[in-house]
Formats: sequence, C-alpha cells, structure tokens
Amino acid sequence: MTAMRRLFAGGWLTAYAFLYIVFLYLPVIFLPIFSINTAPTPKFPLTGYTLKWYEDLPKTPALLDAAWNSLIVGVSASVLATLLGILAARSITRYRYPGRRTINGLIMAPLVLPEIILAISMLLVMLQLGLSLSLFTVVLGHVLICIPYSMTVLTAGFEGFDRSLEEASADLGESAFGTFRRVTLPMVAPAIISSLLVCFTISLDEFVIAFFLTGTETTLPIYIWGQLRFAAKLPGVLALGTLLLVASFVLMTVAEVLRRRAARRTQNEGGLYA
Amino acid sequence: MTAAAEGTPAFGMTRARRNALLQSESVQGFALISPTFVYALILLVLPILVVLAHSFWTQHYLDIDHTFTLENYRIALTEPIYRDLLWRSLYISLTVSFFTVILAYPIAYFISFHGGRHKSLWLFLITIPFWTSYLLRVMSWKVILGYNGVLNSGLMGLGIIDEPSTALLYNSSAVIITLTHAWAAFAILPIFVSLEKVDRTLVEAATDLGDGPLRSFLRVTLPLSAPGVISAALIVMIPTVGDYVTPKLVGGKDGVMIANAIQAQFGKASNWPLGAALSVTTMLVVSLMAGATVLIIRALQRLAR
Repeated sequence: MTAMRRLFAGGWLTAYAFLYIVFLYLPVIFLPIFSINTAPTPKFPLTGYTLKWYEDLPKTPALLDAAWNSLIVGVSASVLATLLGILAARSITRYRYPGRRTINGLIMAPLVLPEIILAISMLLVMLQLGLSLSLFTVVLGHVLICIPYSMTVLTAGFEGFDRSLEEASADLGESAFGTFRRVTLPMVAPAIISSLLVCFTISLDEFVIAFFLTGTETTLPIYIWGQLRFAAKLPGVLALGTLLLVASFVLMTVAEVLRRRAARRTQNEGGLYA
Repeated sequence: MTAAAEGTPAFGMTRARRNALLQSESVQGFALISPTFVYALILLVLPILVVLAHSFWTQHYLDIDHTFTLENYRIALTEPIYRDLLWRSLYISLTVSFFTVILAYPIAYFISFHGGRHKSLWLFLITIPFWTSYLLRVMSWKVILGYNGVLNSGLMGLGIIDEPSTALLYNSSAVIITLTHAWAAFAILPIFVSLEKVDRTLVEAATDLGDGPLRSFLRVTLPLSAPGVISAALIVMIPTVGDYVTPKLVGGKDGVMIANAIQAQFGKASNWPLGAALSVTTMLVVSLMAGATVLIIRALQRLAR
C-alpha cells in the first residue's frame, strides 16, 4: 500500500521533473531554431531553412574583433583564476590556520554579490588608480568572479587526496617541487583542466562586468548587446548566440567529465554541486 | 577540511616542537593562500570601501567634494523615483526567490530520493542551461514574449488570440519569469545538497511510527532540509535585486530596477556619489530582507517539529 503510494508520488515527481527540464531548455532552444529560419523575425510558422545568417557572420569585422578579444580575455582570466584557485584550494584543503574560514568566505563572496555592485565598485577603484579601461581591466574583473568557481572545482579535486603519497615521495628523496610535479600534479590535473574550462566559459559568457570595465574594445556579449538595438540584426545575433551556446555546452560537458574523473581518482564525490 | 589534511604528528613529540610545527603549518597555509587573499582584498574589499566612502561625498561637476554628507542617502531613500525602484527591485527579487525555491524543491527532492543511479546525470542536465550565457537566455525570453514573438505568433496560429498581445513583454512579470528561469539551477543545488544529508532512517522511523508519506515529509524531511531552502532563497534573492540585464531587455518602462538607476549615475548622469549611495542602500536593504527571510524560514521550521 505504502509502496504503491510512494511509486505514485514518484510518478508525479518524474513527470514534474521532465516538465521542468522542458521549462529549462525550451527558451534556449528557440535561438538555434530561429537562427536557421529564413524570416528575419523570430515567429511561427517557420518559413524555411537557411544558413545565410551563419554565412554572414565571418564577413563582419567587428564581430571577428569581438571574438578575438573574448578569446584573449577568456584565456587570460581562466589561467590567472585557476592559478590563484590552485594556491587557495591547496591551502584550504591541506593546512589549518586561524582565519581560514573567513578568508575562504571572502574569496567566495563574489558568487553571491550582485554583479552590478562588483562592477561599479571595481570601476571606481580602477578609475581612481588611474588605470585606463581596456581588456586588461576586464580580465581583472573576470578573474575575481572566476576564482570562486575555480575554488569549488579544485577543492573537490584536492580533498580526499591521500597525503601519504606525497609523504612517501618526500621520504624517497624527491624535492618539494619534484613531489608536486610528479605526484600531486598528475593526480589533480583533471580538476585543473576542468577549472580552466569552467572559468573560460564564465568569462566568454559574462556581460555586466565586461560592459562596465571595458574601454572601447568589445567582447562577444558586449557585441551582442550592441546589436540587440537593431531589429534587423536579430537573425545574425541568433546565429552568433547559437554558436556561443554550443561552445558553452561542449566546454562544460568536457569539464564535467574531467571533474568526475578527478573525483574518481581521489575517491571523492560531490564537487561542483557541494 | 578532512582529517587527513591535518597530518599526523609523531607520538612522543614534545609540546613545544608540536607547537612550532603547527605554527609553521599556519604560516605555510597562510603564505599559500595570500596571493588569492590579497587579490580579493584589492579587487573586492578595497572597492567596496571606496564605494562606501564615495556615498558620503558630493559630486561637483567633474570634481568630488570630500566633505562628509548624508545627502545622497536622503535622496536615495526619499526621492520617489529611487524609492519606487528600490521597492520594485525588492519585490521582484523576493517573488523570484519564492518561485525558484517552490519550483526547485520538488526537483531537488526527486533527484535526491528517486534519482537512483542517475543523480549526477540529472544534476548535469539541470545545470547545463545555467552555464550558457545569461545574456542569451534573457534574449531568448525577449524572442518568446515579444510582440512578434514565439508566444504571440504561436497563440495566433492556434487561433487562441486574434492579434498579438502587448501584455507579455516590457513589464515586471516578464522580468519575474525571465529571472525565475535564469536562476532555477542556483536554487536546486543547495536544496539538493541538504536533502542528501537527511538521514533516511529518520524518514523510515516516522513511517514506522504511523506517519503517512505527507506527514513524515512535512515533519521530518522538510524541516531537516530548511538550511538548503534558506541558502537557495538567499543565493537567488541577493544577486537578483541588482540585476541589470533582464530589466533592461525585457522590463520596459514598468520593469526598470535599481541597477539601471545605479548604472545611469555612473554613465550619463555622472553622479558617482549618488550611484554609490544607491548601491550601498540596495545592499543594506536586501540584507535586511534576507535576514528576515532566514528568521521566517527558521520559525516555520520550528513550528513544523
């Protein structure tokens, strides 16, 4: 009786879960659908299949510039954030010292603060310091918001890491750096790559901070923002958006696979979700 | 974090040596985290202090008068336009966090209790849209709700309405729908984590003692998952109050929020101190609302037991 009732409840929940997934994905799916539609306005019924909006993309120099800028910012921000994340995650998972929790809380804080507050406060300081706004200032801002994600991925990778392996290596005469390079690094490499991918994706998609901290150069989201004012440009934006969606999707899937591999290696579940 | 990370000092060590070792552990740990810590100090703490300082100053054309004043706060709290924007932002972020939590809870429950072997697959499926560009997700709602959009053309195609409705886009409901969709994953994860921690034997015990599924859920599972509900509510409420993109793209005149006013002060209006005061006020007020939410959920949790 109870078992049946439970199954029944589970059935409703399953149905709800599928509906919820539809709710999550449906809006996003309209972008690719209308990006291959011949009509310039996104409405039903669909008029026909075309790839012309995609073919126009490489013919737009401003777009290519923005893509190049996004690539530079994304690579720099993800490398810097991951380096800072490695140091912090290693320190948090391996050492105990007073103030550890407070420092960790501070480093994770950008995750829960409104982006506009982060953006305008960094903007004020940068202007006061006399930094001219450029892609460099965007990188500085992106590193700040990427560190919490990098930390989450990396602490999961470092935690449960068997320290006796490192001790064994040290006992067998390996130097501290040698131990790190030959024992620690191979164990945590998947987590590091996962962190790089996650940070790159965040930087690639981030708009508000880039919008406030950039000078005249645009990144892809800023370029899209500029195009949104022109209704006629919408199909091109949809095509570009679709490419960005696919890029994020692929990067995050690879990151997730690597993260799981890292978790298996150190026999630790949880991770991004903990 | 783990016991293993503490290391195992050899027995027979003198207290002094162990203290010295611990101290060097502290020094090493601190040294290792200091670059990241300093980075956060320079780009997070210092900027927030600078904003705080600016909020007490005055803008004189291109210069800033550094005399202490509360005038910016008077304007932020009493000028009808800012007061209204602040209220609307609070209302929107409260509504959005309420709906995201309500909609997310069953999903988190489903994955935790009925997910079986596919738990991580479900979590992955749910988080993937969240990793796609926020700007693009907001844009897709504009495509859906627009005058010539998906919903209008779809409804007209089905013969449900005769002409496109203008009521869908450019109002605060559009903002609420878009934000609820955008923050869904953020609410699921903390609830899921706290549900995973619920001791399943307690639920069984409640059932054995005669509670039906609903009763045991209400009296055992739900109160025990309250910490997850609290963090889900906060993690949605605080960032959404300062959302800039959504009101700008789908909000129209009726959906403008405080972030748009803050941006204007740093852009066109060029009144940094007022923009700073608006930011500080927003953070203070949303913190109060967050605090009240925590207290209310805790009170409900006690009532349920």
